[in-house]
Amino acid sequence: MEALIAKLKNEIIEVLNLTEMTPESIDENEPLFVEGLGLDSIDALELIVLLERNYGLKLATAEEGKTVLKSVRSMAEFIRKNNKG
Amino acid sequence: MMEEKYIISDYCIIRNNRIVLNGEVVYTGNESSPGEFFSAAYRYFTISYAKFFKMDNLCKLGFLASELLLRGKNINDVYPGDEVGILLSNAGSSIDTDRNHQKSISKRDEYFPSPSVFVYTLANIVIGEICIRHKLFGESFFLIEKEFDAKRSYEQVKQWLDEQIVRCCITGWVEIDNDRYEAVLYFIQKTSVLQEGIAIFDAEKLTDIYLLGK
Repeated sequence: MEALIAKLKNEIIEVLNLTEMTPESIDENEPLFVEGLGLDSIDALELIVLLERNYGLKLATAEEGKTVLKSVRSMAEFIRKNNKG
Repeated sequence: MMEEKYIISDYCIIRNNRIVLNGEVVYTGNESSPGEFFSAAYRYFTISYAKFFKMDNLCKLGFLASELLLRGKNINDVYPGDEVGILLSNAGSSIDTDRNHQKSISKRDEYFPSPSVFVYTLANIVIGEICIRHKLFGESFFLIEKEFDAKRSYEQVKQWLDEQIVRCCITGWVEIDNDRYEAVLYFIQKTSVLQEGIAIFDAEKLTDIYLLGK
């Protein structure tokens, strides 16, 4: 799980161009939106694309998106639970 | 009542890894790509605006030029946001980002368009980024033209000022296509006291400044 979280942090930094951040500076339990990393709606779309492109996973509903994209840890848990690869 | 004149109070030129502000070279870099040069300049001028790194290169270039143009001006204290106009132009529109977007959708089995790239596939987004940064919401538009048309820019901005649609205006050229980039931005204001060395706003002076160091 911790390895997946570390990998995910690097992927998030890359796709969201968070060039000023390091994996260590991202708290996997912090909210991704508004507080924490302060991401916006375009970033949310980018994270959805990341899940599909890198892990072959699609979010079924907007409600699921709110739960999955809550934090890095919740994203990692969703990947671990659903990734068949 | 004293007659008001229109002046080019400030200008900023960014091209060939060099930034010139009001005639003075304020930054020179040796970075190998436009994106690296813009980021290095951003850090050099200690600008703090996290969204900069998410912008495409056209927006980074326009943002950087406007940031330096308005530096220390406290524009929000001087002008209400709806009295500041922006008229920009270029030749390639958003071609640089359009290409990036095209790459992400060119293969049927690897069709993953990036939302954060797609949102920049319009040239006038650079105006939006400048407006968001400085809370400006006056008249604006982005022209696509083969080359910088100083006469057209002058006539349009003059009309806005004459008709009191805006009280000041950011105008100029913001272009990027692969490794070739160029921004020349001017800040046009009205004044009743013409200080020595300040350029009167006209098409000829816009051209003279545009050609500096070119």
